[in-house]
Formats: sequence, structure tokens, C-alpha cells
Amino acid sequence: MSASGRLPGVLSPGWRVVRRGWRTLTSMRTALILLFLLAVAAVPGSILPQRPLNSDKTTSYIASHGAWGRLLDHLGMFDVFGSAWFAAIYLLLFVSLIGCLIPRIRLHARASVRKPLPAPRNLDRLPESATFEAGDDPQHYATSARATLGRRWRVVQREEPDGVLTLSAEKGYSRETGNLIFHIALLVSLVLIAVGRLYSYQGSRIVIQGADQGFCNTVSAYDSWRPGRFAAEGKVSPAPFCIDQLSSFTATYTSSGEPTQFAADVLFRPTLDAPAVSKRITVNHPLRLEGDRVYLIGHGFAPQITVHMPDGTTRTDTTAFLPQVASTLLSEGAFKEASVPGAKQDIGISGFFAPTPADTGDGVITSVSPQVNHPILGIFVYQGDLNYNGLPQNVYSLDTSKMSQLGAANLEIGQTAKFAHGVSVTFDGWVPFASIQVSHDPTQGYLLWSALAMVLGLLCSLGIRRRRVWLRITPSREGGQPSHTVVAVGGLARSDSGNFRTEFEALLTRLRRAATPNKPLVGAGRE
Amino acid sequence: MAGIEGSMAHLSDSLFTTAIAIYSVAMVGFVAEYSFGRRGRIAATVPTAPAPVRELVGAGGPPLEGFASAPAGADADVAVADDSPPATGSGGRRDMADRIGWWSFAITIVGLLFHIASIAVRAIAVDAVPWSNMYEFASVAGLVGVIAFVALLWRVPQIRHLGGFILLPVILLMFLAGTVLYSKAQPLVPALQSYWLAIHVTLVSIAEGALMTSAVLTVLFLVRTHYETVTKTPGRPLGRLATFGEKLPAAATLDKVAYRVVAFSFPLYTVAIICGAIWAEAAWGRYWGWDPKETWAFIVWVIYAAYLHARATAGWKGRTAAWVNLAGFGAIMFNFLVVNIVISGLHSYAGLS
Ligand code: HEM
Repeated sequence: MSASGRLPGVLSPGWRVVRRGWRTLTSMRTALILLFLLAVAAVPGSILPQRPLNSDKTTSYIASHGAWGRLLDHLGMFDVFGSAWFAAIYLLLFVSLIGCLIPRIRLHARASVRKPLPAPRNLDRLPESATFEAGDDPQHYATSARATLGRRWRVVQREEPDGVLTLSAEKGYSRETGNLIFHIALLVSLVLIAVGRLYSYQGSRIVIQGADQGFCNTVSAYDSWRPGRFAAEGKVSPAPFCIDQLSSFTATYTSSGEPTQFAADVLFRPTLDAPAVSKRITVNHPLRLEGDRVYLIGHGFAPQITVHMPDGTTRTDTTAFLPQVASTLLSEGAFKEASVPGAKQDIGISGFFAPTPADTGDGVITSVSPQVNHPILGIFVYQGDLNYNGLPQNVYSLDTSKMSQLGAANLEIGQTAKFAHGVSVTFDGWVPFASIQVSHDPTQGYLLWSALAMVLGLLCSLGIRRRRVWLRITPSREGGQPSHTVVAVGGLARSDSGNFRTEFEALLTRLRRAATPNKPLVGAGRE
Repeated sequence: MAGIEGSMAHLSDSLFTTAIAIYSVAMVGFVAEYSFGRRGRIAATVPTAPAPVRELVGAGGPPLEGFASAPAGADADVAVADDSPPATGSGGRRDMADRIGWWSFAITIVGLLFHIASIAVRAIAVDAVPWSNMYEFASVAGLVGVIAFVALLWRVPQIRHLGGFILLPVILLMFLAGTVLYSKAQPLVPALQSYWLAIHVTLVSIAEGALMTSAVLTVLFLVRTHYETVTKTPGRPLGRLATFGEKLPAAATLDKVAYRVVAFSFPLYTVAIICGAIWAEAAWGRYWGWDPKETWAFIVWVIYAAYLHARATAGWKGRTAAWVNLAGFGAIMFNFLVVNIVISGLHSYAGLS
């Protein structure tokens, strides 16, 4: 605004275009349109499967939708909140917000020190107005009116010719202050969210109950690792703590089978050389360490088996099975017992674990409850080459391309199934496992404060009313003598929250009451 | 799964059904008041501000709280002065309608008590805040809708005869809740056992219940605006929609009341989202994850922010802003029905199976 006035006519056409573009970008209308765009842009993110949330579902969606799926993928529809166009809207809104805030802050700072405006000539043209008579002389009434208005109003008294006094009163400056705080806090929140995402990481892994299953907070320890950009570039060094052991995991259920609590008791060291401490992690109560949080996000079962191998050796193994059905914890997994490479004497077992088994009628076992009650381990046993070729394998499934099936069996605890080539498998029992997630986000604490500032600003912005009221206090003369005083009051609501009419009337009642009833002034004031 | 059986849960269900029945009676009453009352104006029941001084009230002022009692075709501004007690001469029909309206209001309060009791008993039955599944949530949101209306009557008594319009969606919502969305009283799964959840869902249902009221008022605003436009054009016949608008309060009043409800709900909704984020941080390890439910909460928030902006932007005020308000409510309904039932996410708390 001030910049534009300085050099009229000297601006180059290019500069003018830039300036017009900036004005458009920072206008309220643009903000509105950008807000709409943001809302609309978020919609596909909730309707289409999203890769960061569920990559398997996304892949199968694309596969089953052919060219349409590939086109959507090309447009970034399967990672909406990481897409360039979502970021573009977000950034434009951000810039627009800055652009509209700077002049508003300046204007508001100026308005906060400026005196309330002089009274308009005709107060009865204002949305609310009234006139009454007072028995005091103008100066006297002005003083009591100011006292009546009190401290919430900013009042200025001015004099007009012929002994007329005016009062200009304003209140509700903190409405704009609150509004600015809201928008600034919104801006700060956006920055904190973005910075937090760059520096954050999330790692998760399964920890089986018992000794020697712990891990330390390093990238390689995790089954899945989701770093923010800077964490991926190695600019964030994970805090050095270790979860040494899952001492026990307990799931509690009601008599009707509803889960009521999951709890993981862990031994951990906050730093590498600190002594181990035990701590209980439950679903809504993570372990909060300096900078990192450790969550219990899931649980399941790890069956234990003993295998007699074709080569004559005996193996015992405990492997976590992945729950397939959340409500019954029917789980699937694989045991992989490697022998001498190339000897075709590896044993692979893919299987399922039914915590509370039930026969569906045709010999197929399923699970009917997540609680463990005479569990069954169903196994499909293969012999051959596990096909370890140096590439990482999915630990929960078996590559049977170079194996042949020896047989299948459903085992209860303690039962053994025998197969060809001297192979036998015994189901020894099970232990629980916990899915542990470690999260790091350096800005979330600040974000909470910023969000609270937003709420505070919002409350002021939407709750405080901006009002202007003027009084014109005119001495009236009858036959040359001062007889009484006429008070004209006019009011204006600068923001339309609340019911200004009722407010104005209440104020008017108080202002009338502040006046001495209109008796002739003769003798009271001047002689 | 077996729910919490027993007399408590049954009692809650009976109270719920009774509340629906009582609301329905009240709604019929309100509709009668609306249809047979000349204006539906009820200044007599609630006195206006004490000793109003109106000697010089500017006739040119905007009809903010006024009620257009003027015959069709007259300028709505005339309504400003209409704060006098209802005309006694306009016949017994008018008084009758007024009485029916008053009774409907009283019946609504009785229904409200049953409704509150139903929720309270359910709370005792599940031993937790009773709004963790769609049925319970819908019941609480409906309750808040009614409370919001009753609270508005306190400040803006001239909208009483619109009670039917508020009760209709509440009854529909409750009917839907009691049939399609119904689930038995059940204890909470571990992830839902959090006081942040309690605060979060309480605030969301309060905010959304109130926003439902705002949406109803906004629809009425659009109808009334249509009526006011038609009547400003001499010779243009009143269509069916416009006839409907004849008995509504002035468009400016409806617009303002609708705005006030949003101004009340928006900060609540904001706090609700923050509580939800705090809860998600503790339960799922991140405060925000663009889960469909979260995404739609964001969309709703942004649309209502746009509404607040639209109301402050030249060219967007009035009708356009009203459509933004309705879009916001549409997003709320989408989030409640479509996201819960069709799109599954972490939030699949619906309790449907
Ligand atoms: C996500 C983005 C935004 C949100 C959620 C938001 C929210 C709000 C809210 C709640 C109000 C109060 C409205 C009222 O007083 O009735 C407001 C006012 C305002 N906003 Fe925003 N805003 C956002 C972005 C912007 C942007 C980008 C701009 C500028 C280009 C902007 C400019 C304004 C202005 C000028 C007002 C004052 C309106 C008035 O005086 O009533 N806002 N905003």
C-alpha cells in the first residue's frame, strides 16, 4: 500500500504485473478459493487407498484398475498428502497468509494507538441511535457517562462549538488481536508440521517375549522404517536407547471376550550405558524417552516347534506369526530351517496358528477368539531349497518354488507329526509377541503450544465484539437560559457477533440512569 | 459379540424410544404452530430487553433482530419496530397457535429429559462415556441439536415456531441411530480407553449437533431469501417455495443466528480436533495420519473456516456463504455415514458388523 503510492507511474509493466499478482494472491477471495481447493484436494486422499497408509491395498487397486489406475497413480492420487499439487496449494495458502498478515499487523498496530474517531454529524443515521434529556450540564454529564462506560471502552472527549461535547467510545480491539494471533499461530503450526515431518522417523518391529529378543534404536533393527526426508539422508541420528527385553505381554479380556487391556512389560536402557529399567507400556500409554516414544501397537503369537531335519539334526524354533484377522487373531507365518546349502535338505514350514480353534465343518480350522484356548498349529511341511539367494525374504511366507511338499498336519500342543525322510515336527507351545513402534518427531511439543495459541486467538476473534458508540451532549437553552441537556447516542457494531440491538439498549439504559432527571437547571448550575 | 446385557441397557433403549416418540409429538405441535399461526411470532412469552427506549430508532437501520411481520411485498425494514406484544385483535386462531407452540416447547423439554436419561443410563451400563459407537454418537449429537435450539430460544425467542425444522432431522438421526446404526452396549476396546477420547468425542458431538442446527437455519435462510427476492419484484407470483418463506423470520435474522452457532461451534470443533490429535499421538504413535476420518475432520474444519471467511468477504456474503455452510454440514454427514460405514480406517469404531 505505502510502497505503491511512492512512485506512481514509474513502475515498469513487469513490476506492475508482479504487484497485481501479489495483491490478488493475498486477497481474502484468494484465501477462500485456496481453502476450498485444499478441502477438495483432500477428498481423494480419503477415498482412494493411500500408499503411505496401505501399500498392498494400493498396489492391488492399481493392478485391478488397469490404465485408469496407472493414470491416477501418475497424478499422485495414491499419495495425495505427499503430492506436488497438494504441496502447491498448501504453499500458496501459506504465502497468501503471510502476505495478508503483514499489512494487517501493521494496520492493527496503528489502530491500537489511534484515538477513536470523532462523532459523525448525524448520530441518528447510525444503525442504533436514541436521544434523551438530562438534567446535568454537559460537562457533568460527560463525566458520569465516562464513568458509566467504564474501562472496557476506550473513550475520547471532544468539544464542538456552542458548548457541545462529544464522546467517542470504542471497544473490542482484542478481537483483531485474537484474529491475528490465530492466523500467526496457524502459520507457525504449518511450519512446525513441515519441519517435524522432515526430521521425524518411525520404526517398528516385533519383539517376542523372552530373552535375547531385544533391540537398540538403530535403523537396521527395524522391520519397517519410515524416515522423514532428513532422517532418510542420515541427518538425524536416532537416540541411543535399547529395549532389551519383552519380559511379559498380557492381554486381558472380559468374560464375553472383549479385550480390556494390552500391556507389555519391558526392560529398557534410556542410554547405552545406563542401567536397565523395567516399565509397563500399554495401548494409550507409551514409554516417553528423551526425543522418542515407544508404543505398543499390536500383538500376536509366536509358536514354538521342534523339527527333526532330514540330515538328522534337531532344531527348535520360535517364530512370530502375523495376525490375519484382528478380531480372532488367526495368524499365519513360516518356519525356515536351513541345512547345508545346495543339499536340498532345508525344511520350510508354512502354517497358521488358531488361538481358539474351531472346525468350520469341512475340516478347515479357523479361530473364533483372540484368547488362547487349546490352540492349534496347522502346518504345511516342505523339503528342498529355501532359495536364499542373498536377497531379503519375507519372513512370514515361504518361497516353495524349489521345494516339494512332505505333508500337512494340524497339531495341538505336545503333538508330533511325522513325515518322509525322518522329518518330524512337534508343536511345543507358544509365547506372545508385541509389535513395538518407535516414533520421533522433534516439533510435536511445540505444535501443541501453537495449536493452543490458535484456539485462544480463535476464542478472542469469534467471541469479542467490536463496538463503536458516540454521544453528543448538547446544552439546550430556553429563553436564553440553560435549561437542560440533550444527549444523542449512536452506535455501530463493527463485527456482527452477538445481538447489538440488545446490547445497545442495555447500554442506553445505563447511560440514562447516569443522568440526573431533567428538572429545570435554573439555579442549579449557573446563576 | 455379546453386549452388556441386563436391565440397564434395556432401560436406556426404552428411554431412547420414548424420547423419539415425545419429540415426534412436539414436532407435530411445532408444525401446527407454524402452519396455523399467522406469523408464528411469540414475543408474548419472553419479554424483550427491559424498558427499551425506541424514540428515535432509525427506520433505516438493518432489520437485524426484526421479524418481518409486514405483509408480502412490504420492505422488510419495517419489521424493526415490531417488538410490540402480539396483536390481540387478530383472532383466536393466533392465540391457539401460540398455545400449541408453547406446549410443543414444553413437550420438547420433556423429550429432552428422557433423552438425557437414556444417555446417562447407557453410560452407567457401559461404565464409560456413552458415545463410542455410531449409535451413541448419533444420540448425543441429536441431543446437542435440541439443546442448541433450546439455548437459542433463550436469546432469539422469535424462532420458536421453527422447532419442527430442528426436531425433524433430530428425529431422523435418532431413528437411524436406533435402527441401522444400533449396536449393543459394550465396554471399550483398549485403544478407546482414554479421557482424551472422552473429551474429543464429547466436543465433536456438541459441535456437530450445533452445526446441524446452523444448517437447518441456513436452509430456512435460503428459503426466506428467495421469498424476500420474489416479494421485492412487483407482480412476480409467489411460488410454492416462496409461500413457505412467508412465515419465516427475516433473512438477516436467520443468517445471523446461523453464523452465531458456527462462531460457537468452530472453536469447539478446533479443540476437538486437537484433543483427537493428542489421543492419536498416545494411541497410534502419531498425532495425524490422514486416516479417512481425520481427513474428513480436516475437510469439515476447512469448509467452516471458509464459511467464516465468506461471511466477511464482499460478494460472498449471504447466499454464497450459506451454501458454504451447507457444504460443511454435508461434509459432516459424509464423515459420519459414508466414512464410518463404507470407508474403513483406524477409526472404525462404528460398532457395525
Ligand atoms: C487455513 C487457513 C485459514 C483459516 C483457517 C482462517 C480462519 C479465519 C477465521 C476463523 C477468521 C475469523 C472470521 C470472523 O471474524 O468472522 C478469519 C478471519 C480472517 N482471515 Fe483467515 N484463515 C485462514 C487463512 C487466511 C488467509 C490465507 C487469509 C488472507 C489471505 C486470511 C484472511 C483473513 C481476514 C482478512 C480475516 C478477517 C475477517 C474479518 O474481519 O471478519 N485468512 N480467518
